[in-house]
Amino acid sequence: MKTALKHAEPDAISFDLASAELRTLNEALQALDAKTNETAWNILNPRGAHALAVGITAPVNVTIDGHVGYYCAGMNDGGKITITGNAGPGVAENMMSGFVHVLGDASQAAGATAHGGLLVIEGNASARCGISMKGVDIVVKGSVGHMSAFMAQSGNLVILGDAGEALGDSLYEARLFVQGEVTSLGADCEEKPMTEEDKAILAILLKKSGSDAPVQNFKRYGSARTLYHFHVDNAGAY
Amino acid sequence: MCGIAGLFLKNRALEPELGSHLANMLAVLTDRGPDSAGFAIYGQGNPGHIKFTLRGPANFDFAKLAAELHVTCTVDDDHAVFVIPESCEAEIRAAIAARPELAIIATGSRIELYKGVGLPADVSKRFSLSGKSGSHAIGHTRMATESAVTTQGAHPFSTGPDQCLVHNGSLSNHNDVRRTLMRQHIRFETQNDTEVAAGFLSWKLREGARLNEALTAALDTLDGFYTFVVGTESGFGVLRDPVACKPAVMAETEDYVAFGSEYRALVDLPGISKANLFEPEPAKVYFWERAA
Repeated sequence: MKTALKHAEPDAISFDLASAELRTLNEALQALDAKTNETAWNILNPRGAHALAVGITAPVNVTIDGHVGYYCAGMNDGGKITITGNAGPGVAENMMSGFVHVLGDASQAAGATAHGGLLVIEGNASARCGISMKGVDIVVKGSVGHMSAFMAQSGNLVILGDAGEALGDSLYEARLFVQGEVTSLGADCEEKPMTEEDKAILAILLKKSGSDAPVQNFKRYGSARTLYHFHVDNAGAY
Repeated sequence: MCGIAGLFLKNRALEPELGSHLANMLAVLTDRGPDSAGFAIYGQGNPGHIKFTLRGPANFDFAKLAAELHVTCTVDDDHAVFVIPESCEAEIRAAIAARPELAIIATGSRIELYKGVGLPADVSKRFSLSGKSGSHAIGHTRMATESAVTTQGAHPFSTGPDQCLVHNGSLSNHNDVRRTLMRQHIRFETQNDTEVAAGFLSWKLREGARLNEALTAALDTLDGFYTFVVGTESGFGVLRDPVACKPAVMAETEDYVAFGSEYRALVDLPGISKANLFEPEPAKVYFWERAA
């Protein structure tokens, strides 16, 4: 069945959650392997369902037409998943590789603990975006809420808008790039000089996410590395 | 974990549908709170009269009591709403107090409040929620954490006239705040943390604060996790704690403002595809009021 979705591929397999079970859909998507010919899927009527299109391990394109609930595209490993509406908490949680594209806003903990791949959010992300990220690249075209990149370990978080309170609290080695205002930095997060390597990484991520924001508009934040090991003088910062 | 649903109508033409929309929203939120449910609905007022929502034992003969007291009454299962002339309030309170098996769980010019143990859909059905109309309504599905699964521990809590509050989260300083409020003659029926939040707002409102001012004061006094939705005779407010642990989604159209713990709860509201959907920000007071 063909659908007329703007972001969908014309010959995609259509799956309507108004008449079929979410679990059936996830089982079908999880059963796909790298050699599958079923490479394009359109999901209709998500109605805020939880755990949609989780655990995909094949390089397939999945377009979800509407708003989704908790943990959409979680554990994605190689899929390209587009959500045309808003995403609930934990979108692309623990992604390993692939591309998750949210055309609306994302709720809390977007990209939490993700190891790889690219998460692009066209709107805003709320609190704790990129919490404990472990190698993922995240580009938020709007603003992010408080405690974003909390305990982030590696990867890049690019914010075209503003960042809320305590950005990068207890940060390890992720790079944070912010174009707008930062309400406050968290413990052990500091502004760092933008190196040529930083600029190159940022330029690639802006290009990949379809943004024309100039690299020179961004500030770069990272770990001051004073909280890596316990020192009694820092007790108040933990 | 709990579920919250709220609906505040701007368009009066939707009032007859208020109960059925709220019932759908609560049923969707069953998996956030399957142990008990409740709702407050702000229906038609009657000048010179107040409403008492009473709860009694199963099969209590509310109609007989209402006839004895010469008041009108609507019975839904073990709850009843008595419409009482203001001039007789003290006398009727005394008559009810003489029957210890009855509890007055809400009073006011428009509020009606119902709650019970069981699945949200069953609770809504027992109290005929789908058939009720009004200007705004607040409902809750409970997964108990801080106190026992009882009818008394279900939400909403009403601690002042036409006031109610529902809560997702847990408060850590409720015992301390309860003691402070008891010295201000705010009465508590349970050991529940949420009742303390309701009592705190009632105290602030009694002291002359507007709902938005009372909610702002709550940010300074209440410690813990909370997403609150509160109702007054003409208003509807939302507050999340500064950490914003508990989820919240709002939708606003020309016709209504709706609150859901998750978008799933809002999905069948009319015109939702064109609504302005947003996540209420932490520590920010949201407040809508309707002219009488």
